[in-house]
Amino acid sequence: MLFTSYEFIAFAAILLLLYYILPKTAQKYVLFCGNMIFYAVTGWQNLIFLFVTICTTFGAALWVDKNLKAQKEQLALHKADWDREQKKAYRSGEKTKRKMAVAIAAIVNVGLLAFVKFPHTQFQFLMPMGISFYTLMSLGYLFDVYRETQEAEKNLFRYALFVSYFPQLVQGPISRFNELSETLFKEHDFEGKNITFGLYRILWGFFKKLVIADRLAVAVGTISGDFGTYHGSYIFLEMFLYTIQLYADFSGGIDVTIGLSEMFGIHVTENFIRPYFSKSLKEYWRRWHITMSTWFRDYLFYPISITPWMQNLSRFLRKKCGERVGKRLPVYLASFIVWAVTGIWHGTTSNFIVWGIINWFILMVSEELEPLYEKFHARFIPASRRGWQAFMVLRTFTMLCFLKLFDCYATAGEVFRAFGSAFSEPNPGEVGANLFSLGLTPWDYLVAGCGALLMLGVSLLQRRESVRLQLSKKPFALRAAVGMGLFLVTLIFGAYGVGYDASQFIYNRF
Amino acid sequence: MERTVNEKKKTGIRIVAVFLILVFILFLLQRLFVPKYMGDVIEGRFVGEYYREEDKSFDVIFVGDCEVYENFSPVVLWQDYGIHSYIRGSAQQYIWQSYYLLKDTLRYHTPKVVVFNIQSLQYDESQSEAYNRMTLEGMRWSPAKVDSIRASMTKEEHFIEYVFPLLRYHDRWNDLSDDDVRYMFRTEPATFNGYYMRTDVLPAENVPEGRPLEDYAFGDRAWEYLEKMRLLCEENGITLVLTKAPSLWPYWYDEYEKQVEEYASAHELTYINFLELQEETGIDYSTDTYDGGLHMNLTGAEKLSRYIGPILLKAGACDRRNEAGLAKIWEEETVRYNAAAGRMVLVPGKIRMGAPYCN
Repeated sequence: MLFTSYEFIAFAAILLLLYYILPKTAQKYVLFCGNMIFYAVTGWQNLIFLFVTICTTFGAALWVDKNLKAQKEQLALHKADWDREQKKAYRSGEKTKRKMAVAIAAIVNVGLLAFVKFPHTQFQFLMPMGISFYTLMSLGYLFDVYRETQEAEKNLFRYALFVSYFPQLVQGPISRFNELSETLFKEHDFEGKNITFGLYRILWGFFKKLVIADRLAVAVGTISGDFGTYHGSYIFLEMFLYTIQLYADFSGGIDVTIGLSEMFGIHVTENFIRPYFSKSLKEYWRRWHITMSTWFRDYLFYPISITPWMQNLSRFLRKKCGERVGKRLPVYLASFIVWAVTGIWHGTTSNFIVWGIINWFILMVSEELEPLYEKFHARFIPASRRGWQAFMVLRTFTMLCFLKLFDCYATAGEVFRAFGSAFSEPNPGEVGANLFSLGLTPWDYLVAGCGALLMLGVSLLQRRESVRLQLSKKPFALRAAVGMGLFLVTLIFGAYGVGYDASQFIYNRF
Repeated sequence: MERTVNEKKKTGIRIVAVFLILVFILFLLQRLFVPKYMGDVIEGRFVGEYYREEDKSFDVIFVGDCEVYENFSPVVLWQDYGIHSYIRGSAQQYIWQSYYLLKDTLRYHTPKVVVFNIQSLQYDESQSEAYNRMTLEGMRWSPAKVDSIRASMTKEEHFIEYVFPLLRYHDRWNDLSDDDVRYMFRTEPATFNGYYMRTDVLPAENVPEGRPLEDYAFGDRAWEYLEKMRLLCEENGITLVLTKAPSLWPYWYDEYEKQVEEYASAHELTYINFLELQEETGIDYSTDTYDGGLHMNLTGAEKLSRYIGPILLKAGACDRRNEAGLAKIWEEETVRYNAAAGRMVLVPGKIRMGAPYCN
């Protein structure tokens, strides 16, 4: 059930109605039933995968929690009769047990993920929707319990409600238990503000997805689908259009998730902060798919960085190669692993793996060149100068256009062939002449262009304060006109229905 | 407290006002975006025209595809035999659509005779969304329309897009023309009691032989709806007449013919295959067809009508030329018909204009 399908709109509307007309105590049951229906519609076998994840992570977390409590009791009991060494040995033994429990659950879930995601496997058809997202969510929760930063949830129903929460099953965000549970398990009164704010956000998401992303998808698909015909300068056009398409698509989907959650009174973490205004790749990754970046940082990068093996390596390098190398190399190594895994998480084909490694490489080089940049700014152009900042934004955007091309082809080889062709076979005249033969009419380009400009304008407006908050201070007639306008524009200019490919949200496949 | 109640009331009124404005805008947009079928393709107007008829007490209803609406002239049936008839046909109308159109017709009146052209038995499922639209959108809402939509939808179609056609036609925004504004609320009639008149001539030459098929058996679904139609007629005391138009193409196989003959004989139905009645009807494929033998032009349709008239009278239709009200309606229709056929000139302002495209 796609977010932009009639079925989903009807489903969400009915669920919302039940959510508020039934007694408040029933709200969580309504949501849970909604989750199960939503998931079962995509294939009953998907529920099996979901339940395996829920049960294994819930069980492991509960066991870890019990073990921790038992450990405390034992230590308190033997406070007097155990010496320090005995306590240490006991703690270490228990920790190993907990580690084993967490590892087993993690292996089962990562194994399941790999099982359905590994390319060319005969089981790929099983690929349950959103498995990458809910696997990370539940593993994050388990790791938090293991690290004692999160109390284990004792109620299986509540935990299942968290993992299966349907609006974020499609493409995230990857919520943390402590953040989502705050409002997820609460009983909510019907509040007009939640409904209108949520509705605005959903409309905005649909606008981005249907008017911009799905329209541009036609041209991008035409170019990437036939390299023999569309090579050379077409690749630059493809990169540019796809970069806009991906943001409109992904952030549009997240807008629907957040907006719908708001209507339920549930707060979902933001996943984007105007990422294309970033002045460096490092900043970009702090503003794009934030919940994924922070997940990999907290649950992969940090733990790898503090492993005894990495600590030893750091000590060894400090001794042999000096402080600077000893400090940085282990970080780069941990970072390399994280980026390789991030690439694999997106897809097990070579294009995604290489994409991850290139991201790592650029970030590492930028880090190394940092002192040089500082000298440059001190001597020539201050980094705070507006013109320079605009240049940095454009430079980062251009770099992102290149990086995004890795999504468009099936293998790294094809991507590099496209890069090579872009520079070695320039044919801008041909691209200009065939611009309207890529599946889009001049009117389509105009609509997509206006839509993208509106998206840019809204991003600029958002710098001060949420646009919805700004709008809420305006007269009712203006608010109604904006809402109605957004609805009608999406309805008329949206690329949907017969004649358009029912394109799924791009991040749905990860 | 009072203030809060007043504010709630005010908010409620505002929401209702916004909703009503939105509904009104959507209504206008829908009227604007829905195709008017005023250009080369006019078949989308046929089904809806039935509801404009002043007197729906038709004795004969023809149902079927182009082999019906281009091959029989209700005006000739009236003039020569006094038969009050109407053709409920549209382009590539599938048998289930014919069945539900007949059911829809029964909501208004029960005819004495139903003529069904069996060409559509070849299709066991809908072939194209465009043809579905042309048949289904003209129907007024009723359980028959709902069932017809459900029976007709292709895999890509959604029921809700029939309920709110704006969802289907929204992408016509860059295709809108003056006609879309001019005919937003009412279009000109395209047919003469469902008959689509063509006066041009393209003789049938080099008609290809049919290619051998793997399977000549009509599909289960097609049979199911033919049976449903027969039973519906039986329940309502209607005489069902089956016909096969004299279209030389698409090829009508002997194997097809045999199946229909067996069915008609098993249920004692009249079956007329005009392909075998060239001499009796006087059809001349060098003058009576406008597209090389696929469909009849005006002269061909009039010949077929003159042939079928006595059969319809025998089947239960009656001569109603003595009914003054009907005669007046038919007189107007005849004037329009003759004008379109080039047999007389219309005086603007006196008679309804808007004859269909004719060469």
